[in-house]
Amino acid sequence: MSFASPGEFFAMGGHGLYVWLSYGAAVIIVLYNVFAARHRQRRVIRLVGDRLRRQDAARRADAAPPQTVEATGESIRS
Amino acid sequence: MTVKELWHKLGSPRWFYGISRPLGLVLGVLAFGLLLTGTVWGLLFAPADYQQGNSFRIIYVHVPTAIVAQSVYMLMGAAGVVLLVWRMKMADIVLKTAVPFGMTMTALALFTGAVWGKPTWGAWWVWDARTTSMLVLLFLYFGLYALRQAIPRQETAGRACAVLAVVGVINIPIIKYSVDWWLTLHQGATFKLTEAPAMPAEMWLPLLVNVLGIYCLFGVTLIGRMRAEIVEREQGTQWVRELVTGSVAGGSGS
Amino acid sequence: MSSPAALFAAQFRRELTAALRSLQEALNPLVFLFLAITLFALGVGVEPQTLGRYAPGIIWVLVLLSNLLALEGLFRRDFDDGTLEQLVLLGQPLFLPVLAKVAAQWCLTGLAMTLLAPLAALLLYLPAEALGVTLLTLLTGSPALSLFGAVGAALTVGLRRGGVLLALLILPLYVPTLIFGAGAITLAMAGVDVSAQIYLLTAISMLSVTVAPFAVQAALRISLEQS
Repeated sequence: MSFASPGEFFAMGGHGLYVWLSYGAAVIIVLYNVFAARHRQRRVIRLVGDRLRRQDAARRADAAPPQTVEATGESIRS
Repeated sequence: MTVKELWHKLGSPRWFYGISRPLGLVLGVLAFGLLLTGTVWGLLFAPADYQQGNSFRIIYVHVPTAIVAQSVYMLMGAAGVVLLVWRMKMADIVLKTAVPFGMTMTALALFTGAVWGKPTWGAWWVWDARTTSMLVLLFLYFGLYALRQAIPRQETAGRACAVLAVVGVINIPIIKYSVDWWLTLHQGATFKLTEAPAMPAEMWLPLLVNVLGIYCLFGVTLIGRMRAEIVEREQGTQWVRELVTGSVAGGSGS
Repeated sequence: MSSPAALFAAQFRRELTAALRSLQEALNPLVFLFLAITLFALGVGVEPQTLGRYAPGIIWVLVLLSNLLALEGLFRRDFDDGTLEQLVLLGQPLFLPVLAKVAAQWCLTGLAMTLLAPLAALLLYLPAEALGVTLLTLLTGSPALSLFGAVGAALTVGLRRGGVLLALLILPLYVPTLIFGAGAITLAMAGVDVSAQIYLLTAISMLSVTVAPFAVQAALRISLEQS
């Protein structure tokens, strides 16, 4: 341990501003990258899922008489 | 599995999507563990530098980000070659999804370099060889990003970016060399930030840990972005259809 | 089938003729160069010592920018009227036609700027002893500008607003040429031998002659497939 007290640790021997500015920016950039990647995955899966389900629904509505729409649970191959 | 088989599998988005989940989890755990260890070690336990005092601890952010930023560009150059020569779809996905990480890391390296420069040199910005090279690298990243945005057709954009990335990678060593020479012309031998003579082990070990950690972090975010890109591009295929519509009830969270 | 040299010569002549027919367009970058030099003199001040000290950098930066202006039109006309497409459809390597095109463009930019450099040096109070080196750096360095620039021009030729993008793509690649070019002149002003820098500029130009035409060829094919 290079520091005797928490106060000394945060002061960083007078260079606290610079050290914490650097580490703060690093944390922000790292978190941004992690969450941007996660967010994009979820969003793409949701959007593409919505689109394909809409397509399926439209195709079913075209292909079958209206009363059987709920019965087909599986996706239709084109 | 022979190398050739692996090569063919690497070209398959579906195969990659399958293995990328466990791979991403492992890399995620590694990245978290390594970065936490390296950072706590560097901040709390590494000794202060005899010349720079505690501002030296910025090294544990600055150097790993700078290294990974350059490696990412090299990787994009390699992906560019693969895309142009073998027209491998996955190479274009890498080429596209690696840009945000590389760009933000270059910016972070520049920022931490500036913040480090203030207590060390007394100025926020010094035209040091490394910072100048990083600045040019940032512009190279901007160029790739802008070119991708400017071309509407995806396949065309990918191959145009591949050409640019390859030309950029060829130029990077020349740029670095020229900037080094330029610096000797305009200022004498300056005190370099990261060139402590014979850094003791307790100083460079945490650095090594953080460098490994940030590579793992790159792996995790790249895999995450690639998975999203794969789903988007392969949405016409049966397996993606089953993935995004069939397994909704079972949960397709991450 | 004609020999490569004849093919190159024919293409080169065609390019030069086309450029000379629209002389105004070919002259614009050169006019821009001197206009910008005037602006620099007005902005920096006309004290001979100050201006002379910055002259190497000013000359080289402005040569880069003037080159950039000329690049935008490098493939534009051939792209618009379909010549480029015919060239690609021939199925032969584009190495020679591309090289001829860039060579013709270089004559009108790099070479022309080298020939006009004494005038620029005069306007910027560049010390007379550095004039020879200035011409030499421009002569050896500018081919790389045209060649790397052609890659950017080929990548952006199909885009409607390629201008700023072209600058963004190409200027980072110009960094080494700028550094060695301006650096050599600065050293020459101090009376230092600069043959190493001249060799380096030549090496960069040689590298770009071998690499850039292939990149241009690939980029042109890519640009054509999107239109």
